Amino acid sequence: MNWISNYVRPRINSIFSRREVPENLWSKCSECGTMLFHREISDNLNVCSNCNHHMHITPRDRFFSLFDGGVFNEVEVATPIADPLQFRDQKKYPDRMKAAQKKTGEKEAMLVATGEIGRTPIVAAAQDFSFMGGSMGMYVGNAIVAAAEEAARLGRPLVLFSAAGGARMQEGILGLMQMPRTTVALQILKEKKLPYIVVLTHPTTGGVTASYAMLGDVQISEPNALIGFAGARVIEQTIGEKLPEGFQRAEYLLEHGMLDRVTDRREMRDELIVICRMLMKQTPPTWGDLPAPGPDNLVEAPKE
Amino acid sequence: MAHYLDFEKPLAEIEGKAEELRAMARGNEDMDIEDEAEALDRKAKDLLKDLYGKLTPWRKCLVARHPDRPHCQEYIDALFTEFTPLAGDRNFADDHAVVGGLARFNDQPVMVIGQEKGNDTKSRIKHNFGMARPEGYRKAVRLMEMAGRFGLPVVTLVDTPGAYPGLGAEERGQSEAIARSTEKCLEIGVPLVCVVIGEGGSGGAVAFAAGNRVAMLEHSVYSVITPEGCASILWKDAEKMRDAAEALRLTANDLYQLGVADRVIPEPLGGAHRDRAAAIKAVGSAIAGMLGELKGQSSEELIAARRKKFLEIGSRGLAA
Ligand SMILES: [Zn+2]
Repeated sequence: MNWISNYVRPRINSIFSRREVPENLWSKCSECGTMLFHREISDNLNVCSNCNHHMHITPRDRFFSLFDGGVFNEVEVATPIADPLQFRDQKKYPDRMKAAQKKTGEKEAMLVATGEIGRTPIVAAAQDFSFMGGSMGMYVGNAIVAAAEEAARLGRPLVLFSAAGGARMQEGILGLMQMPRTTVALQILKEKKLPYIVVLTHPTTGGVTASYAMLGDVQISEPNALIGFAGARVIEQTIGEKLPEGFQRAEYLLEHGMLDRVTDRREMRDELIVICRMLMKQTPPTWGDLPAPGPDNLVEAPKE
Repeated sequence: MAHYLDFEKPLAEIEGKAEELRAMARGNEDMDIEDEAEALDRKAKDLLKDLYGKLTPWRKCLVARHPDRPHCQEYIDALFTEFTPLAGDRNFADDHAVVGGLARFNDQPVMVIGQEKGNDTKSRIKHNFGMARPEGYRKAVRLMEMAGRFGLPVVTLVDTPGAYPGLGAEERGQSEAIARSTEKCLEIGVPLVCVVIGEGGSGGAVAFAAGNRVAMLEHSVYSVITPEGCASILWKDAEKMRDAAEALRLTANDLYQLGVADRVIPEPLGGAHRDRAAAIKAVGSAIAGMLGELKGQSSEELIAARRKKFLEIGSRGLAA
């Protein structure tokens, strides 16, 4: 049964290859100041090799390292009405969109894909904080609906990497309505008894934490990620006192019983494989550097 | 003493004059001021019509937050009988920002749940200005679940500036509590009708408002963020709240056009606070109407319709 009428069938995408990273460029770790070659950063999944600070990673780069052989099939997401409120602040919303698209090279703030991790078929969705703060508007809602639909149709777990400041203000109430909307999408998965695993990444706050990012069967976070509902500044103003060290950070939430695990990005893939396979009652994983699934291995969408 | 909003200042003057005249006449039998006082009354009414006929979105926010506006408990007392409050989340505390319990609506047993702001300093503090903590949402989850089990329709009254931004609230999982409350709204196999009676403040409101029917009082607002918050982020100036209120499309009429609100409940002239009884009565008939529309639907139908409603929201923008 289809829950949305404008649902788009996924298409098998071209196979991406790892982007070339120049040898001689370097950046400074924002946390410890160590100079790191781009090559080194990228090989280390954007984690500082000196202090383990988890830097921003784009959904596409994350998927390259997540899926076997870096191969994944992008799931097409229905395009919502552009600028539904004709929102103007100091800039026009469409201009902000264009700037974000230019900056990221992506269409919107979430990428959805199917593929295999350790030969375990999954659907994955990842939010892009560099695209207007990852904000949840109609598109992100559509992306989660598409991801849940696809996972339900293929009978696979859904793994979602969250990163957002909250709902997209420029879509007003329609941004806010993605809270119930995405919740409905997840209920479809729940009914099919398929796992929904959330990986919270820095930062995940506001209406996103108060909906799909907190409804996982298993809740994992990257180290030191900021996770919360209200902003620290607002809380300080309200209660009139300073907040404790580490407040709203992943380890703090783990301590307060709000998360299952805090896991290093470099161990995340293995952990997801283990969890997904157990919840799906599959055999223990085969470890090792798995090649990309061959042409015969590419998962075809079953005929409806 | 009536509480006047800033934009009602001219009105305060006219009404003040009329009141003064009448007070003088009470002290002096020979004075005939009735004609003059009545003329002032008419002038006040015309001004009221004028002011409230074209309230800007920002002014609507002020009216929605008006301290004399009827609040949750007042609606419950007037529209329901045998109200039996049920307290606590069975885990940590009873959150007084959320009131709820069993009650009869037109003799039919229902579960009624709402956010209460309080009416004076003492009760405002007790109810934390309508800002719920995780326990409030967890109480709501518990009551909705109970209603579902016993087949009782749920009526929610939404009136909150937002979820409480506090240290303990965060530690005890404010986001998770809101997410679970929204989830429960979408899960229960009984009619869920929601009325935004004042402020629909962001996620804290959604957690009570993911229902089969959502009605909004004419001058209530429902928004992703307060105009002040939006202004300080996007305009880098909280004083630009008027522009933000305009841009956010947070009025009942906007939400009706966007398919988020299913009906707009007209308010008495000058807003709900000017004629509380009339406002409460109008909300009562809206609740009766909405429950009536859902009567006879099976659990499966109610759940499926609710899901469909929320999945389809946003498929049309504002009819430009
Ligand atoms: Zn470092």
